[in-house]
Amino acid sequence: MTTRKPLFPVPPASEITPRAVYGRRREFLKLLAAAALIPDCARAQGKLAALPGAKSAVPGAITMDKLTSYKDITSYNNFYEFGTEKDDPVAEAHTLRTRPWTVSVEGEVRKPRTFGIEELLKLAPMEERIYRMRCVEGWSMVIPWVGYSLSALIQRVEPTGNAKFIEFVTLADPKQMPGLRSPVLSWPYVEGLRMDEASHPLTLLTFGLYGEVLPNQNGAPVRLVVPWKYGFKSAKSLVKIRFVERQPKTAWEVAAPHEYGFFSNVNPKVDHPRWSQATERRIGGGLFQAKIPTLLFNGYEPQVGQLYAGMDLKKLY
Amino acid sequence: MRKWGKPAVFAASLVPFAWLLYAAFADQLGPNPAEYLTRATGDWTLRFLCLTLAVTPLRQLAGWNGLLRYRRMLGLFTFFYGVLHLCCYAGFDMSFDLGAIARDIPKRPFVLAGFTGLLLMLALAATSFNRAVRWLGAARWQALHRLVYLVAVAALLHFFWMRSAKHNYAEPIVYATIIGVLLGYRVWRRVAVKSRYA
Repeated sequence: MTTRKPLFPVPPASEITPRAVYGRRREFLKLLAAAALIPDCARAQGKLAALPGAKSAVPGAITMDKLTSYKDITSYNNFYEFGTEKDDPVAEAHTLRTRPWTVSVEGEVRKPRTFGIEELLKLAPMEERIYRMRCVEGWSMVIPWVGYSLSALIQRVEPTGNAKFIEFVTLADPKQMPGLRSPVLSWPYVEGLRMDEASHPLTLLTFGLYGEVLPNQNGAPVRLVVPWKYGFKSAKSLVKIRFVERQPKTAWEVAAPHEYGFFSNVNPKVDHPRWSQATERRIGGGLFQAKIPTLLFNGYEPQVGQLYAGMDLKKLY
Repeated sequence: MRKWGKPAVFAASLVPFAWLLYAAFADQLGPNPAEYLTRATGDWTLRFLCLTLAVTPLRQLAGWNGLLRYRRMLGLFTFFYGVLHLCCYAGFDMSFDLGAIARDIPKRPFVLAGFTGLLLMLALAATSFNRAVRWLGAARWQALHRLVYLVAVAALLHFFWMRSAKHNYAEPIVYATIIGVLLGYRVWRRVAVKSRYA
C-alpha cells in the first residue's frame, strides 16, 4: 500500500483561520490605518519627538501613492551643507544644533520680527500632508510631511504692497556644517518664491515627517516644502525669510544659470541640459523597477496650474 | 609567479564585478541601486584605465618588465567595466530604448564624450589578440593602440562634464592628476630620449 503525498501542502485544521475571524479582516486593516496614517512601512523611527498632524483638508495635500520608507527618506538626501554625497547628511548632520533656533522674518512687511522655533511650532495647527517629492536629478519619493501652510506665517507678518517675492535663507555655520568648506555653492543657500506661489495653500512650512520632528539631515528644525517644484526649491533649516520687491537670485541660479532657473517647476517637457526630465525613478522600487512618467507640476497641475497661466514654461524654467 | 600571475590578476579584476553582483541581489546598494551601479561601474572603468596606463611607466622606471604580461588583460577589463557602465545607462536610465539612446547621445556632450571613449576602446579590444598584431603589422598596431590616450581624455571629459553643474570636481581632479602624470611621463620620456640622441 502506498500513501501518495498531496500535490500541494495541506495545512492542519488547527492552522486554518476560522471564518468568523477571517471575515473581520477589513476591520483589522481599518484599525491599523487608524492607528497610524502610515500604511505599510515599518516605523523604524521612534527616536525623535512625536509631532502628530491632523489629516490635511487642503485639496491635493494627500497623495495616494505608496509612501517611501522612513529609512530611505532619511538616508538619501541632498543637503550640501553636510556634503555633496547622498549619504553624507545622515552621517554628518548630527552636529547641527536645532535649539535654540530663531527665524528672522524681515523686509517688506508691516510686522517684521524674529520668531523662536517654539513659537513657530504653535503658530498654526499641524497637518499631515503626503506629497510627492521630485528631485531635479531624476528620482522621486512620497513623503508624509508635518507642518502648516506658509500662508499662516505670511498673514501674521502683514506684507506691504511692495512684497512681490520671498527669499528663504538656510543656516550657514561652518562650525556645524562641514560642507561649507567646499565651494560647490555660494553660502548661505538661498531660495525664492513669487508671492502667489508662497501664499498657495500647498506651500508648506514643515517641521516634521512620519509623525515626528524632522531629523537634522532632512532640514530640521524648520524647512520649506513646495511639492510642484524640483526638490532643491524646498530650502532646509531656515533662519531667514525676507519679503522683497525684486526676484531673488537663488543659490542654484548663481551656480549654474544655464541649468537651473528661478521657477524650476517640475516639467517633463523641459529637459535638464544633461538629462531628460520625462521620467523619474521612484526610490524604494528596487533595481529593476521601470521608471515612471514625470507629470507637469509634479501632478499638482489642478491645484497650481493657474499660477502660471500664459507663462512660457520653456523660457521661464 | 609565472604560472599563477595571470589567473590571479584575472580573479582580482573580477572582484569588483562580483561584489556589485552580490550587493545588487542582496539589496546592499542603498536607496537608489541603479544610480549606485552606474557610478560604481564608471569608477571602476577609470581605475582600470589608470592601472593599464601605469604599466609602461612602472616597467620603464622600476624595471618591472613582468608587468607587461598583464597590460592587455587590464585594458580588456577597462573595456569590460566600460561596457557594464554603458549597459547601466542604457538599461536603467533609458530602458534599452535604442531610439531614445540614439537621440540622447548627440544631445548631451558628456554622454557623447563617454560614448566616444567606449567606441575607441571597442576598436582596441577588437584588435587585442595576437593575430591582430600580425595582420596589422607591429607598427600600425602600435599606432592604433596609442588611441588609448584619446580614451583617457574622453573619459576625463565625460567625468568633468558630468559634474560640471555641481562644481564638484574633487574626484575628477584626482583621476585627472593620475592620468596627467601617466601621460605626462610619456611626453617627458619622448623628449628626454630624443634630446639624448640629438
